[in-house]
Amino acid sequence: MATEALGLWGVPLAIIAGTLRGSVPFLFVSLGECLTEKSGKINLGLEGTLLMGAMSAYAISYLTGSPWLGVITAGVAGMFLGLIHGWLSQQPRVNDVAVGIAMIIFGSGLAFFLGKPFIQPSAPQLPTLSLAGWTQIPQLESALSISPLFILGVAIAPLMQWFFRSSRWGLLIRAVGDSPDAARAMGISIFKVRMASIVAGSFLAGIGGASLSLFYPGSWSERISSGQGLMAVALVIFARWNPIQCLYASLLFGGAQAIGPAMQSVGIDAYYYLFNASPYILTLLIMVITCSPKRTLTGAPGSLGQAQE
Amino acid sequence: METAIAAPQTKTAPPELEVINLTKRFGTFTALDQVSIKVTPGSFHALLGENGAGKSTLVKCIMGFYTPTSGEVLIDQQTRTIASPKDAHHFGLGMVYQHFTSVPAMTVAENLVLSRYDSPQWINWKAEYERLDAFMATSPFQIDLRTPISQLAAGQKQKLEILKQLYLNSRVLILDEPTSVLTPDEADEVLGLLREEVTAGHLSVLMISHKFREVMAFTDEVTVLRKGQLAGHGYVRDLTVDDMAHMMLGEKQEATPVEKVTIADPKPVLELRNLCADRDNGLPAVRSASLTIRSGEIVGIAGVSGNGQRELVEVLAGQRPRHSGEILVNGEPYQSTRKEMARHQVYTLPEEPLRNACVPHMSVAENMALRTFDCPPQAKRGLLSLINIRRMAEGLVKVFSVKTPSVDTPVGNLSGGNVQRTVLARELSSTNINLLIAANPCFGLDFSAVDYIHSQILAARNRGVAVLLVSEDLDELLKLSDRITVISDGELVYESPTAAADIKTLGHKMAGH
Repeated sequence: MATEALGLWGVPLAIIAGTLRGSVPFLFVSLGECLTEKSGKINLGLEGTLLMGAMSAYAISYLTGSPWLGVITAGVAGMFLGLIHGWLSQQPRVNDVAVGIAMIIFGSGLAFFLGKPFIQPSAPQLPTLSLAGWTQIPQLESALSISPLFILGVAIAPLMQWFFRSSRWGLLIRAVGDSPDAARAMGISIFKVRMASIVAGSFLAGIGGASLSLFYPGSWSERISSGQGLMAVALVIFARWNPIQCLYASLLFGGAQAIGPAMQSVGIDAYYYLFNASPYILTLLIMVITCSPKRTLTGAPGSLGQAQE
Repeated sequence: METAIAAPQTKTAPPELEVINLTKRFGTFTALDQVSIKVTPGSFHALLGENGAGKSTLVKCIMGFYTPTSGEVLIDQQTRTIASPKDAHHFGLGMVYQHFTSVPAMTVAENLVLSRYDSPQWINWKAEYERLDAFMATSPFQIDLRTPISQLAAGQKQKLEILKQLYLNSRVLILDEPTSVLTPDEADEVLGLLREEVTAGHLSVLMISHKFREVMAFTDEVTVLRKGQLAGHGYVRDLTVDDMAHMMLGEKQEATPVEKVTIADPKPVLELRNLCADRDNGLPAVRSASLTIRSGEIVGIAGVSGNGQRELVEVLAGQRPRHSGEILVNGEPYQSTRKEMARHQVYTLPEEPLRNACVPHMSVAENMALRTFDCPPQAKRGLLSLINIRRMAEGLVKVFSVKTPSVDTPVGNLSGGNVQRTVLARELSSTNINLLIAANPCFGLDFSAVDYIHSQILAARNRGVAVLLVSEDLDELLKLSDRITVISDGELVYESPTAAADIKTLGHKMAGH
């Protein structure tokens, strides 16, 4: 292992490296979910979108030899699932969460079905950027190579923040999510705004899937997402529907995910599975701490998850 | 982009708005039948009518929400097709709704900019704030631009709704019961400032109202609708309140006179001691409320909506946990459990009965049995007796004259007044009621339903029931209650016997002065 030569210093290093790698899917899915939820809809189906994105990116990268084409395809595949969710979840008296669960099963089922032939072959991976040009230590160099998708995601977070505050579309999305009646009185089509938000959010989630199969862990298998799409939904609540805080929360979750492998790399095998479960434990803890039956969450869009009449 | 900005300085004269023979049918139901109305430039016009008289339908046809079945809308003597609120805006018409249409999570400035039909795709906040500040300087009301709507008081929200229309350069304002959530003082301030703008010739106003006091004080002309038809029109200076009431109600309906019986030996039934409760967001809603209600008296709680009344009633009804404090019923601690309600005979008429007191998809009979279905004779040895449940419901439907196709109809299909009657039947049919808690029991009901509910509440009081009546309608409280308490920002700030209560003082206390 790269970290062995560094002794115990390897643990924080491995966690940092793991954070930079592992946070990418969290970041994209949570930004996508943040955009969707700002319009007042919940899309649990992003777990399925993530898998579909991972599979289609890997397949296209393998078939065409161009990983970037794979990334685009992953986004488009996400939009396709988003269209279905956007239409279904906006039918009268339909519940977002029920449609979302159906979409998890549909998205992952479709990904497994179409992805069977691509489990064995190895596809060209996305190039990486090195943050460690200043060092000669090879372990550091390999640990600090990051994905261009990470940089893209880090750039999208403040852009989205600015979009919500200073663009007409951003204000429209917030208006629709917080008070559909007010938006309707302004002559805004609730259906179109929510559809656009869901489709755009699903595009981002699809790209999150591409980073799983084309960067880290960098292969396609059916167990690749291990619930990260669902965790990202919890993460949006933790981030109080704020894109910048989504970024911080994604780094935290990515870091939590890296604890298990980091401990193992320095030879601590005890509680391996417990450490691996840390993102899930973190999700539960956040839910317990932030949710109370006695009050509503501050920052939650007013109409979040309510079915249309 | 500069030219696209609404220009508040140019105060052009308002156009003339005229509606000729407008008819609107929904299926076989005729909501409006050959109605004509004319709003001359620079006049303050009131549109009066009972609930369901077609006032809202008329203005919605004018604003382009509905397409009229037949008839014409004329702007400055030209026939115009108004297909959407956007078209109406183009002709200088703007509407202020009964319910607030600002987005609670956004600031005043964001709401104003968003409301503009021509707002730019990318917003330069620095320049927008400069323009908004300039607009505020010339406007009749002042509101801080950076405050989120959720932190504004109801009066400020209503002012913002009107400001929004001025900001959009609307010259004919249509107001749908604009003062329903305001204190009398706030209402006078808002209408007074609008009156000044009208007198100066900057605006025309068409105001839907059912408050004669405001119509007499602020408007020039009045048009009255009854059951979808034009029932009268005239200048306010030529009319009396009686004339207008007669036009509104048709054949003269006399309200059942209030007769109160003094109960011998009143004993305390409900006691609140330093009761505190929180809002949904965890902030305090009810602050240390203490109150005693004795048998055979009605205690009214007056206040502008959103000052903690809803939370107080929810705590008493068992829908919300209290934060601290004590509730005693008949001298015993009371936790609002079903068992205690049955033992102490506590009944509730909450606001929005369909949401708070009914299961909409269950039948009228089932809803009427919600209090008693598990006791004999409706339940025998743990099994429900559907026959007895139906029989009891059929009796109650007759006694309380609930208009329903059958007792098996889902209660959600009934009209608002009949839902309220269903709940009333369930809550008032018990022979030995001890305590009745009523919250806005007549909200949105027509004259006869209101009269019926008032007489039922009074009858209960005269039988010795202790009644807590929470209402936003001061007239209702002055009519029914023996004592009036004012709630402001969660505190019970003022108490007075109704006979000695003065509407002006009550208004000041409601506004928190």
